[in-house]
Amino acid sequence: MLTKRIIPCLDVKAGRVVKGVSFVNLRDAGDPVEIAKAYDEQGADELTFLDITASHEERGIILDIVRRTAEQVFMPLTVGGGIKVLDDIRNLLLAGCDKVSINTTAVHDPEFIKAASNRFGSQCIVVAIDAKQVIAHDPDFKSPLKWADDPKYASLLLSQSAIRNPKSEIKWEVYTHGGRKPMGIDAVAWARMMAEYGAGEILLTSMDQDGQKNGYDLELTRAVAEAVSIPVIASGGVGNLEHVYQGLTTGKADAALAASIFHFKEYTIRQAKEYLKERGVPVRL
Amino acid sequence: MIAIIDYGMGNLRSVQKGFERVGREAVVTNDAKTILSAGKVVLPGVGAFPDCMRNLEQNGLIDVVHQTVRSGKPFLGICLGLQLLFTESEEFGISKGLDIIKGRVKLFKLQDSALKVPHMGWNSITIKRRAPALQDVPDNSHVYFVHSFHVVPEDKNVIATTTDYGIEFVSSIWKDNIFAVQFHPEKSQALGLSILKRFGEQKA
Repeated sequence: MLTKRIIPCLDVKAGRVVKGVSFVNLRDAGDPVEIAKAYDEQGADELTFLDITASHEERGIILDIVRRTAEQVFMPLTVGGGIKVLDDIRNLLLAGCDKVSINTTAVHDPEFIKAASNRFGSQCIVVAIDAKQVIAHDPDFKSPLKWADDPKYASLLLSQSAIRNPKSEIKWEVYTHGGRKPMGIDAVAWARMMAEYGAGEILLTSMDQDGQKNGYDLELTRAVAEAVSIPVIASGGVGNLEHVYQGLTTGKADAALAASIFHFKEYTIRQAKEYLKERGVPVRL
Repeated sequence: MIAIIDYGMGNLRSVQKGFERVGREAVVTNDAKTILSAGKVVLPGVGAFPDCMRNLEQNGLIDVVHQTVRSGKPFLGICLGLQLLFTESEEFGISKGLDIIKGRVKLFKLQDSALKVPHMGWNSITIKRRAPALQDVPDNSHVYFVHSFHVVPEDKNVIATTTDYGIEFVSSIWKDNIFAVQFHPEKSQALGLSILKRFGEQKA
């Protein structure tokens, strides 16, 4: 039976893990490779690096980290952040990464996902979606996306009534820039289109829940998981192990991504898996 | 020396690093001479079946794979490197494969709509016949999979392991010098490395 995956996520900036990680027995707690090894030993099912390096000049650093990680850690590795052209994907794959996670570039150019999955295979293309429950917009709000007027994509846009009167029915909207810029797109419809365009997996982050430690947005997670036939990774909001359990059961996610609960040793990956196993969730121990 | 066939598809570095970790020298190459003179050969691969066949052909490697298999030297197929050995695949219509193992590569057709395709993640393998490379692998161990198609051999005697994903599908085959797996040993942590180690120890 296929097991549910537990995926720790590390934010990497200019080659160093940021937001802090407090493991014992690490020579250097800011070194992504050291942390990757520690998670490998704990039995993580995959590992995700989110490259939040701002400057373009420093982009090469992540390639070196991927190379060094792939030499030491033999589990699936995903890298997200700053992927703009097909060669960015190629370079990451050649360095030893298995999947790339694409967010902003997909939103601005949905055809990029088609091109990427045709060239490299769906199995390595993860589309990351940052979503928020729809809140009332300015009356003159219009999607900032260039393709918003293309009739081909009309079904993706949130209706004016949904934007003006969000209480009428619960919908979620795609955001970029860390949850600051609304795109006027329906997150569930967007996930469905990305799956059709060849995404192999959806990494779904609730920007309402992210950092709150109140648990995943279960309704959002479930809505997306039921809308697509590809795996969905739940992200944003985990504060305890019950939250992980809820995301994988009520939320119907295939995998759970979490950062701080593992980084600060509140729980080890193994504890998380034992907790899930006791409650009947299939995990790899 | 182990030759990992490079035909422009997939993450070959992980396979190479995996062998190095267990003390085996491995080269990534598309050079026919190097492949034919290697003691063991690995056919990896991710991506689409027809693209992989086309790339093998364009690199002049189809005959090299056939010769290698005939020579009796240990041969390991990984993921698409398993599927390519079969007669044909249903991916993008019908695509011809290498026809070294009789049978077909089929898309997962699952009754349970909660089961996602691709089949992605850690699933267990049931050992039917213990191939030499599986020597250190306990029955029902978890290994890492990522694929949408699965192989259906005509001769059920070639099956080495099966895996349950709505259906019981063939997750590895073993025939003479050929051992080929649908999962990724190079991504399956210590257990996967044990498979590479035992494969590396095999003699022609």
